[in-house]
Amino acid sequence: MPLLKNGSIISDDWITIGLEDPRPESGDIVVPYARLLKEWESLTDHDGRLGVIFTNIDRVEALTLFLPRLALIVLPFPSFTDGRAYSLARQIREIGYTRELRAAGNVLPDQVQFMLQVGFDSFEIGDRFSADIWLKASRQMSLAYQRGLFRPLGQQEVWSERHREAEPWLEQPHAG
Amino acid sequence: MYRYDEFDRQFVTERVAQFRDQASRRLSGALTEDEFRPLRLMNGLYLQLHAYMLRIAVPYGTLSSRQLNTLAFIAEKWDRGYGHFTTRQNIQFNWIKLEDTADILSKLAEVEMHAIQTSGNCIRNVTTDQWAGAAADEIADPRPVGELVRQWSSLHPEFSYLPRKFKIAVTGAPNDRAAVKVHDIGLRLHLNDKGERGWEVLVGGGLGRTPVIGVTVRDFLPEHELIAYLEAIMRVYNLYGRRDNKYKARIKILVHELGADKFRAEVEAEYARRPHADTKVEERELQRISAYFAPPKFEKLPRWSATFEEARARNKEFAAWVKTNVAAHRIDGYAIANVSLKPEGGIPGDATADQMRVVADLAQRYAFDEIRVSHHQNLVLPHVRRDDLFAIWKVLNANGLAASNIGLAGDIIACPGLDYCSLATARSIPIAQSISRRFADLNRQHEIGPLRINISGCINACGHHHVGHIGILGLDKKGEEYYQITLGGSSSESASIGTILGPGFAGEDVPDAIEKIVNTYLAHRQPGEEFLAAYRRLGAQPFKEALYAAA
Repeated sequence: MPLLKNGSIISDDWITIGLEDPRPESGDIVVPYARLLKEWESLTDHDGRLGVIFTNIDRVEALTLFLPRLALIVLPFPSFTDGRAYSLARQIREIGYTRELRAAGNVLPDQVQFMLQVGFDSFEIGDRFSADIWLKASRQMSLAYQRGLFRPLGQQEVWSERHREAEPWLEQPHAG
Repeated sequence: MYRYDEFDRQFVTERVAQFRDQASRRLSGALTEDEFRPLRLMNGLYLQLHAYMLRIAVPYGTLSSRQLNTLAFIAEKWDRGYGHFTTRQNIQFNWIKLEDTADILSKLAEVEMHAIQTSGNCIRNVTTDQWAGAAADEIADPRPVGELVRQWSSLHPEFSYLPRKFKIAVTGAPNDRAAVKVHDIGLRLHLNDKGERGWEVLVGGGLGRTPVIGVTVRDFLPEHELIAYLEAIMRVYNLYGRRDNKYKARIKILVHELGADKFRAEVEAEYARRPHADTKVEERELQRISAYFAPPKFEKLPRWSATFEEARARNKEFAAWVKTNVAAHRIDGYAIANVSLKPEGGIPGDATADQMRVVADLAQRYAFDEIRVSHHQNLVLPHVRRDDLFAIWKVLNANGLAASNIGLAGDIIACPGLDYCSLATARSIPIAQSISRRFADLNRQHEIGPLRINISGCINACGHHHVGHIGILGLDKKGEEYYQITLGGSSSESASIGTILGPGFAGEDVPDAIEKIVNTYLAHRQPGEEFLAAYRRLGAQPFKEALYAAA
């Protein structure tokens, strides 16, 4: 499935494997969280990058141990109205994860800008909407009232615009 | 009142453009109705029985005359010449076309208004005391904090797809006129011994199918921690609130299922875990906002107004209006004038475009240009000179706006019910109208004293029947509307949920039933005892006997 990442549409080079699928010798693989728990020791030695598909019901603290080895965390949107992954994404960034965080499942253009702000940086986009619609939707609002969230694509915070004369605001360590 | 700066203005303008684009994608078929629904709801646009309904946010219920005049303009240009003020201090228009909505939102943006988050599973318009900044009993005006919460919650990326809607109410007075105990989050201002401000945080109150009084999770939250703490609550709810059943998805169910202690522990753990630098309420921002709510330039007036007293002595109708519709102001020589939108036999909360203009004009001439919407579906002129009350009343009286029934039997809260709403199981408006006619005699209403009658047309309880002294719930039994009656509810600082009396009544029998209840109260009350106090003392038994014994 094509991905939206850094403002362009690219192909997905990761290999997704299920709970029971045989594991390739090498290559970048994404495994379900349950498999990560079960096969953690051998997975750490895998020849290639490692990613995980997290769940909506497990706690983010449980990922802390695995973070240094993970290069991709995928969060599911079983339906676009199920907003749990917005909080999970922020929590994952708050515990210090800096690599790729992907939204998968029922992702729609009008949600992408919210997702960017909570720390997602790649999106499974399917083929229903044109690249143009995705890119336009991800820049819909140029201002946000909240502080300390992710501000890609030139979005500004009302706070910093409003209080420019005040001392510069310290960036969050995980921002970027 | 709050005025937009260039950033607020840009934000709302962009939001209109965004919605215009979304609506055009829906009209072209690029978006399905399922995909469009949450987007339109987050802009206040519902699909009802007969047409689209647009609900416009009136943050913490405060309007200027220019804004109210614009609402009148919208009512005439895009609706049928009237609007409906709601129990969340908003206004809704019931006959809107999807194609016109973006233009209406543009018109609203011109006067610093919007419809953002008046619907949908997100943080809704924040509500407060309709007498904020004016009431004699107030500790401080809660609206600066209301505005702070409005801005923080506007298009919050983490909390826009919650399990269910989320309502926050704020009060700055010990007498709770904002019903904070029956909101998802209620905030009550307190001062400590040192005179510092702190907020009591209540969570998990609500009405609907499962009425609950909120529990206090913090007694005294320092003001600068307010937003950070709200975020912790919202996150716990967003992660763990139920999504398998929309009727169990409100935060009250989560609080109930976890238990108050465990819920509080989850929130505190989340709060302790997170960095707060970005969510700290900055003094300079609070001051910037508070400056907009600085009290108007009150004159130094004597407490006694000869003009007022003479008029009151001379004119009985005016005196009756003063008795119920005028409340004490914190400044000598001033008063709070409540404008009832509950004329005899009228539709509770409805106002015509002309009436809106009349009130806007009065506000401009006499009330420092401010109008409030109350959650009882009335309007308020919050700061008027006692000297001007008679002149104001004359204008109101000439325009069908001088019903002297604030807080009395005729001041009925009612949802739109089956006349408009696709969720309703029964009609509410005709029931409100028939009760209003039954109690038309104003002397009798005054004799009965304070009485809240609230009517909902389905168990979702938009008419707040659970917290009516007398609550009426319209249901459907095999295609027949019938009405269940509850007694003893209250949304005040001593909030309580009403108790169901017994079997329901057919619509045409409801006024008789209410009359029997009222007569039972009159027969049993002690001198000076109000309806609610009498019910709490007597219990349901005498009322049950009066209603069902004969049958």
